[in-house]
Amino acid sequence: MTLSNSIADERVWPELGACRVPSWVYTDQELFEREMEKFHYGKTWNFVGLECEIPEPNSYRRSFVGPRSVIITRDEQGEVHVVENRCAHRGAPVCWKQSGKGKDLTCPYHEWTYDLSGNLQGVPFLRGAKPHPGMPRDFNKADHGLRKLKTHVHNGTIWASYSEDVQPFEDYVGPEILRFINRVFPGREIRLLGYSRQHIPGNWKLYFENSRDPYHATLLHSFFTTFGLYRADAKFCVTPQPNGHEYIYSHFTSNTREASADMAAEMKNIKSSFTLEDMSVVTPVDEFKDGLISSLQVFPSIFIQQHGNILALRHILPKSAGGTELAWTYFGYADDTEEMKQLRLKQGNLVGPAGYVSLEDSEVLTQVQRTLTSAPDTVQVIEMGGRDNFEPSETAITETLLRSFWKFYRSEMGFDGAVA
Amino acid sequence: MGQSKSQLRAAVRDFYEDYAATLDADRVEAWPAFFTEDALYQVISRESHSQGLTHATIYCNGIRMIRDRGAAIRQTAVFEQRVIRHFISNVQVSEENGEIRGGANFLLIESLYDREPQVLMVGEYIDVLVRDGDGFKLKQRSAVYDNYRVRTTLVLPV
Ligand code: FES
Ligand SMILES: [Fe+2]
Repeated sequence: MTLSNSIADERVWPELGACRVPSWVYTDQELFEREMEKFHYGKTWNFVGLECEIPEPNSYRRSFVGPRSVIITRDEQGEVHVVENRCAHRGAPVCWKQSGKGKDLTCPYHEWTYDLSGNLQGVPFLRGAKPHPGMPRDFNKADHGLRKLKTHVHNGTIWASYSEDVQPFEDYVGPEILRFINRVFPGREIRLLGYSRQHIPGNWKLYFENSRDPYHATLLHSFFTTFGLYRADAKFCVTPQPNGHEYIYSHFTSNTREASADMAAEMKNIKSSFTLEDMSVVTPVDEFKDGLISSLQVFPSIFIQQHGNILALRHILPKSAGGTELAWTYFGYADDTEEMKQLRLKQGNLVGPAGYVSLEDSEVLTQVQRTLTSAPDTVQVIEMGGRDNFEPSETAITETLLRSFWKFYRSEMGFDGAVA
Repeated sequence: MGQSKSQLRAAVRDFYEDYAATLDADRVEAWPAFFTEDALYQVISRESHSQGLTHATIYCNGIRMIRDRGAAIRQTAVFEQRVIRHFISNVQVSEENGEIRGGANFLLIESLYDREPQVLMVGEYIDVLVRDGDGFKLKQRSAVYDNYRVRTTLVLPV
């Protein structure tokens, strides 16, 4: 019996399927391991980094796929590789620095040396300390390279897969997600702006759900609604996608405070008297010439977000059932004007570990995880917009993306047999 | 100036301790008064800072943005109540051509409901100060944090 069967057999999904979520999916460590096998080490494309993070030949940088450390490299010919940061000898990490330059990677433990595509090049004392024997005569270096991941580069973004027979990247993300990726990554040269990371003591799926839950965004994040950056009365396009992906966009109506009366009454958090002294933080320039705010998720690793002039990647790095790193990478374009650079820095205050419209998320998810851990057999309700509604939505007041996620998850993880 | 290096250091240390005491007392409204009108205040990861990257976790260019940060915490942010204590040490100063460069280590301990206190953040201040009467104001403060990750959320200024 496989591990997956044992969990699926023991755990019974509550009745009503995708509009119910049992709390143990966020707390069970055995299930977490199974998720990593199925998703992160399975037939998926995982975001690992940007090409501008390894700008020159012979540069490398560490990243993660799930909890596993990997190294992104650019070899002498300029080709990008992703290899596991785990020595084929005794499992020591080969690369201890976050990033570096060099023609090869030498494991500190016994100094086995690999080229940047992961091939084993050198083994000290291969022939032994004479006259004593070394490695067996039939030891073949070609059999002892670093584990190589399938690698794909798309307009400056780098993706990796543990599966040799994963779908082509374009098919995996699908044409609609691809369109929105290309909107912010059109092949224009990217300028890296910086990193903020936070550790959230919560399950990785809570964070995935959080950012596909526009219902909360209009209520919890009162800063958002106060400045018209994201409001329930705006027109939305909230769209489930195959393979666990989704995208959301809305038309920003910067600094418009006239909500329809009934909407405003529901949104108690609008602070109509609150203003900023420096309004440039909430006054974006329409750089994509379409008046949109957009965000998308490529399951299972990344959100690509454009809020006004903030361009940010949210890399979701699961560490355990109860812990997740959220790694924010901020970027702009190499040809940004000084004004645009300044705008991106200023608007950067909106998101991240101290973000005006994001600090509530890590706060609430930490609390939720603590509650769920104390009550793993409780059940959550996801009915906004309709119990069986998996359709795209024109309003933010919907949980269609959550139901779509759980429908996908249950099917992938073998839980959908448990439907009553 | 007639002020010895150790007198200057003592005066800057007093100033830093007043700054810390103001934040620890949750008087975020009084916090902008430590800065000049054109001040740059940022809280930035060591990772970004050491690579010369500009994005900062908190970035305030000018006193207006500094006041906005304080006001937003009070008026819109939703977060779990916490007590933060600053521990400032190893104050360093140097003065050249009327410009005072200052620095210090900071350690922030955060206490939350139903949990043990934890290290929220550890790092160093890199400052440019100007004299203001008997005291100082910050013209630049970069709080560079060594933590690889922020522990959960950074709500209050550092
Ligand atoms: S573990 Fe890497 S060389 Fe031995
Ligand atoms: Fe949120």
